[in-house]
Amino acid sequence: MNSPFSRMADPSRRRFVQGVALGGVAAGLGLLRAPGALASGRPAGIVGASHPHALSGTDFSLAVGEAPVNYTGRARIATTINGGIPGPILRWKEGSTVTLRVTNHLSTSTSIHWHGILLPFEMDGVPGMSYRGIAPGETFVYRFPVKQSGTYWYHSHTRFQEQVGVYGPIVIEPADAERFPSDRDYVVMLNDWSDDDPEHIYATLKRQGDYYNFAEPTAPEFFHDVRELGLQKALAKRRMWNRMRMSPADLSDVSGYTYTYLMNGHAPAGNWTGLFCPGEKVRLRFINGSAMSIFDVRIPGLKMTVVAADGQDVEPVSVDEFRISVAETCDVLVEPRGDCAYTIFAASIDRSGYARGTLAPRGGMQAEVPSMDPRQRLTMVDMMGAMAMARPSGHGAMHGMDMPGAAMQPMIMAHHARTEYGPGVDMRVDMPRTNLDDPGVGLRDNGRKVLTYADLHTIGGPLDPREPSRDIELHLTGNMERYSWSFDGVKFADAKPVHFRHGERLRIVLVNDTMMNHPIHLHGMWSELENPDGQFQVRKHTLNVQPAQRISYAVSANAAGRWAYHCHMLYHMEAGMMREVVVS
Amino acid sequence: MSARHRTFASSLSLLLIALLTLPWAVAAQTASASTSSSATAPAMPMTTMGHGDMAHMSMATPATDKKKEKSAKGKPAAHAATMDHMHGMNHSAKPNVRGEAPIVGMSNGAMQNMDYPSPADGSMDGMSMGSMQGGRAPQDARSPDYSDGVGYGSVQAHMGGNDVIGKLLIDQLEAFDGRDGHGQSWELGGWYGTDANKLWLRSEGERSAGKLQDGDVEAFWSHAIAAYWDSQLGVRRDFGAGPARTWAAFGVQGLAPYWFQLEATAYAGSSGRTAARLRVDYDVLFTQRLILTPELEANFYGKRDPARGIGSGLSDVRFGLRLRYEIRREFAPYVGINWVRRLGQTADYARAAGEHTLDRQIVAGIRVWF
Repeated sequence: MNSPFSRMADPSRRRFVQGVALGGVAAGLGLLRAPGALASGRPAGIVGASHPHALSGTDFSLAVGEAPVNYTGRARIATTINGGIPGPILRWKEGSTVTLRVTNHLSTSTSIHWHGILLPFEMDGVPGMSYRGIAPGETFVYRFPVKQSGTYWYHSHTRFQEQVGVYGPIVIEPADAERFPSDRDYVVMLNDWSDDDPEHIYATLKRQGDYYNFAEPTAPEFFHDVRELGLQKALAKRRMWNRMRMSPADLSDVSGYTYTYLMNGHAPAGNWTGLFCPGEKVRLRFINGSAMSIFDVRIPGLKMTVVAADGQDVEPVSVDEFRISVAETCDVLVEPRGDCAYTIFAASIDRSGYARGTLAPRGGMQAEVPSMDPRQRLTMVDMMGAMAMARPSGHGAMHGMDMPGAAMQPMIMAHHARTEYGPGVDMRVDMPRTNLDDPGVGLRDNGRKVLTYADLHTIGGPLDPREPSRDIELHLTGNMERYSWSFDGVKFADAKPVHFRHGERLRIVLVNDTMMNHPIHLHGMWSELENPDGQFQVRKHTLNVQPAQRISYAVSANAAGRWAYHCHMLYHMEAGMMREVVVS
Repeated sequence: MSARHRTFASSLSLLLIALLTLPWAVAAQTASASTSSSATAPAMPMTTMGHGDMAHMSMATPATDKKKEKSAKGKPAAHAATMDHMHGMNHSAKPNVRGEAPIVGMSNGAMQNMDYPSPADGSMDGMSMGSMQGGRAPQDARSPDYSDGVGYGSVQAHMGGNDVIGKLLIDQLEAFDGRDGHGQSWELGGWYGTDANKLWLRSEGERSAGKLQDGDVEAFWSHAIAAYWDSQLGVRRDFGAGPARTWAAFGVQGLAPYWFQLEATAYAGSSGRTAARLRVDYDVLFTQRLILTPELEANFYGKRDPARGIGSGLSDVRFGLRLRYEIRREFAPYVGINWVRRLGQTADYARAAGEHTLDRQIVAGIRVWF
């Protein structure tokens, strides 16, 4: 009961302590500590929560093994790194060279991928691309120079291990001073835990795509609409969806029906707590390490100043709420005042559950846990993109939503691949929307200032001033009835690699031909998002593409090798929404 | 595969379709009674049900051969020919009166009430929109190949999406009590395979008076041919009272617009026997767990088979309403009503055997899958 998931700004006050979680991992002992790391207990002030320890330095030993957990009242075996969920926080220093010895204590193969880290591709940790993986009993030694700073994470890239606990945070201290200094610094890692075997979840989705969705439209809802809107409008509201066999309730494939949402390894009842002294500036490093869950994060009573996205510093922007898609990270500064507690509230996109923790001046305090916003349905904009936005305002047919910036967007026709007309693709969007200022379904017009990609501006601009010399257009495709996912209607198993010429600067255009969000992650190289006018917007490692949206981003193919490129929804990736990118 | 869905609106059209089907059935019955020709029945159910993205599909062959498709389109009796393309977005789409008229006319006019612009808005001038679903790739569709000839390395990733998975759905396992007595019946389906190719099994039948009265087992190679449709090629074996019969079987199975789960299969047996079966069901959600499923099944035979009490033409139509409660998705007890109507010569055989031609059954059972 100790171990700060925290670091005081004063380096001399940094503490590294191993923790034993109460609600989560029951056997967190035998942890390996980096040589030279200090071990001492902080006051046991963090009540109801204990934390994975942090490791710092340049040499790290990580052990992938099994440990019993109990998040729901049922005992389960998790797969863990150094016995913790999450695994230890790895603290690196920009400019150093780190060595990480990862030992596999499982009976099956494993791997560790350093998400968002620029490194030689042999060190990237993707079985089948970087290397063969780490066989049972083996130790693989990763060694690479640290060329960046900020908040990142690491996780297994082997089958569904990421779902059962093989993940942890990375915090890289900049070579120079922090641009946005803070008095306290906490990692807030969000995860989704299921007592069910992920292989079973995956097979279940193949058997019934909406198995975990308990918010489908019902007959009583229809009759309610008939009373409220009249028969004609009630039918019109449903016509396109039913005709196309699409569900407007299809927000999340896997829901709170099986998931318990974790904050720093704690279920909501476990109430992870970070301490502050009133008036301090606290940095919260949010990491969405979920397999399948997008979260909407807010701290009622506090404004959050977003200062970094995917580890890269951005022009500070003050918001009430932000959406964090799978694999993204987001650093915010908050300044809690007064002798009171604040709830960190992260509701899943489908409002089927939430992760929750507390910021408090003293242990044992807690604030009111807000109720979740009502679950919203996908709109015609999410189905048809710019087609649905083209209407002059005043038509009022958008089911109560007004798209920000809708009228100004240029119409861009998607260029479908010839492979998008087969059984694996259940719909295509011909005129996708291109605006970045839409917070997405469930956050539109909620009365709060919600972060969008249009608010994010990386400080310093693009790393490479060259204009992209060519475009690669890829469409995000799927079939919810068959639960198959792909790029351009071609699953990874049937696809050829995507080739980048070494040294070139190219543009990737993604069009989302589905009604789900897809966080797309390119390994090894930055993705520099452009705004609809083609100007640099923000530098990220994972870009969430909203339903019926088109985005474009520039990539400098300066890292030779074989890299993974995929949707970070774990079951989408495993179903085939993945490519190998070869830079040569 | 269940279509668990959606608004009550669409269930209206199921009823209407049923109403459309039945008069035709009666007419067909009359016609086939007057001529003893073996009608190629399968076209008919598809005509009444047909709408959807099946334009580019022919039942027997996957839609790869251009010529075959064209010829299928040209022949009115071909199954695919009557199925209109799903023109979700196409303003030039002709209204498909057959399946869609019942739901407030799915023509352009109706769609202008929808939330997207029509040409009249001016914003769409000069833009041609394709269909959002199905269809054929245009000539200028781009290539998905960005490999520049570069292949994979020596180590291969396992992630791919061609997992082999199976499902067994016992859709109905029930006891019934009707005018013709009581008994038990079943209807089940299962599959094993990848997204594209599956071994598909189906079986249905009933037992009464302690005896297996009627039953069949079907086995198919089920191949994905469109987003919501599989072609099925295989065999059927009938057993129960009378001599056993074996059939070659081919058909389609899938999800039609408005969430109708549909199976249409044609059969060819020895001695020039032909048959067809159509099954449609639909889920009306009262809550997320309390679900009413209307189901319609019709059987056709091209040639009478007195030994099994079957006449030519439409032999029987079954319409069931089952209300289930999903305690878990995989386990749901239900109660329901089932109407079984025997028609034409089949009815004559039934009358001769002292049975009713219309049986109304109360049913109770469980629906289980895993």
